[in-house]
Amino acid sequence: MASPVRWLRQVSSVTRYSLMTVSQRWGSSLSSAFGIAGVVAVLVGVLSIAQGVRETMRQSASLDTAIVLRDGADSEMMSILGRQGTQVVSDTAGVRRDGDGPLSSAELFVIIDLPKRSTGTDANVPLRGVEAAAFKVRDRFEMVDGRPFEWGRNEVIVGIGAAREFAGLNLGAGIEVGGEIWRIVGLFAAGGGIAESEIWADAKILQSAYRRGDSFQAVYVKLESPEAFTAFSDELSSDPRVSVDTFRQADYYEKQSALLTGLITGLGLLVTMLMGVGAVIGALNTMYTAVSARTREIATLRAVGFKSGPVVLSVLTESLVLALLGGSVGGLAAYFAFDGFRAATINWQSFSQIAFSFEVTPQLVVLGIVCAVVIGFFGGLFPALRAARMPIADGLREA
Amino acid sequence: MNALVEVVGVAKSFKRGTEVIQVLDKLDLTVEQGEFLALMGPSGSGKSTLLNLIGGLDRPTEGRVTVGGQRIDALSDRKLAGWRSRHVGFVFQFYNLMPVLTAARNVELPLLLAPLSKKERSKQVATALDIVGLSHRLHHYPRQLSGGEQQRVGIARAIATDPTLVLADEPTGDLDRESGDEVLGILHTLSSDLGKTILMVTHDPLAAERADRTLHLDKGKLIEREEAA
Repeated sequence: MASPVRWLRQVSSVTRYSLMTVSQRWGSSLSSAFGIAGVVAVLVGVLSIAQGVRETMRQSASLDTAIVLRDGADSEMMSILGRQGTQVVSDTAGVRRDGDGPLSSAELFVIIDLPKRSTGTDANVPLRGVEAAAFKVRDRFEMVDGRPFEWGRNEVIVGIGAAREFAGLNLGAGIEVGGEIWRIVGLFAAGGGIAESEIWADAKILQSAYRRGDSFQAVYVKLESPEAFTAFSDELSSDPRVSVDTFRQADYYEKQSALLTGLITGLGLLVTMLMGVGAVIGALNTMYTAVSARTREIATLRAVGFKSGPVVLSVLTESLVLALLGGSVGGLAAYFAFDGFRAATINWQSFSQIAFSFEVTPQLVVLGIVCAVVIGFFGGLFPALRAARMPIADGLREA
Repeated sequence: MNALVEVVGVAKSFKRGTEVIQVLDKLDLTVEQGEFLALMGPSGSGKSTLLNLIGGLDRPTEGRVTVGGQRIDALSDRKLAGWRSRHVGFVFQFYNLMPVLTAARNVELPLLLAPLSKKERSKQVATALDIVGLSHRLHHYPRQLSGGEQQRVGIARAIATDPTLVLADEPTGDLDRESGDEVLGILHTLSSDLGKTILMVTHDPLAAERADRTLHLDKGKLIEREEAA
């Protein structure tokens, strides 16, 4: 029989034996596996927040929609556009038109304070003044309850995400805007996108309530096609009447969410690393205990001729199996505990709340399991090397 | 008779902090093929250390150890492991059986290192357990066996690969007199009937009487030779 086959048989025999002995150490083995499960659950849970925010932004983005801001503004909050400027944007070649005119909505974006349903603390909720084309520019806009607001009246419609997260946003209720009470006449959905975190009203009435004259902050336009963007952008850039920046909606939302998702991901990884160090120590402890409890058995195996390599692999395999078990449990726990969990958080770029759902994707679960395997590897490596390096004669003397 | 084991000028010392402890001191020993040799001596005299050197579990500080014409003190760890699997069987005081494996699986362990099919391994396991009188205990776990039976499984494991040399370190040290006698009887049979060379470390003079020859070690030196009755 070829030598590699015998070597593999050694590995398989010692590993099988090693795994059979786990039943003698259920306590420490399970505590190690659950420690790793905790790390994976936290990692996957935290990253699912960032994933949920990204997904909310992605749902909002359409390739044939563009957002126009004042030159140099990196968010709607920082932008201001006059009526003439928004008119130039609407008239630019490449903007789609229907029977009512160009699909272009000049919009106003303000922040109001409303208490969160979950904590009762005040949070910044975006209130958007829109024009008639806004409903056509957003691809998946639909009224799910009530009716659209009437133009020229103090009425609002509320995104279902905002209605879920903030107190008082119930159909028929009133909210105070600019010192007056505005009636909530409808609830709308927008395909899970960011618009669902907003409250919408007639832009003209909102301008008046906030004494903004005839100014806006952004123009949302539906283009004739995704390919029309470049020409549309170039034409606006070269038009001396306006000084604006043009973004694809997808790029804009990605940029808008970058700080938030980066912060969440960074915090998540930091917490995971700290917990991971604890889990590695736990796994090390478990495997050192395992190796210590089996010192004489391992020495006996080596005395009868088993080589160090298979011994190292057997201890590592035991550690990896425990880590895989823990990782899978942690990944599944994160899925059942967090996936679809709805929450809202502040977007630091717009200083307003985004309502989103945690997204536990298969990729995140796989990432969690990979993390568990790394913990298992380092938790098993040093005890494995110790088992393989201990002088056989010393090992045989162990009680 | 031919010499199977030749130990020439072997010294072994250990360091404990700054102190050097001389365990074996320029020791010479020859063991003939097929001989049953008992090594006696007080605790710390170096008996087990000598056994470990001859079994390739440890290396001398100086001198050379030759077994079956192969100088083993110069072999790498890897080659030494292979050499042990082919040429040496170990019997331990506390049996050192794997608790989660049956008697047959324990005996099969060293055979997994040999180029044998499953059928061949099963046959050799059955033969080894038959020699020690435990054919009926094939599927029993160590916890289901008495101490004497466990040691007999240990002997079956030691002879499963048909090694030329069997090294037994206090094989009766954990057994009552009756079980110890059974074990010594098996070791004697292995030597007399099957031609195995056996080196046995023991504290027990009665156990040593079963050997062909007894050597005494004290403070790292062979101080006395006597022929068994």
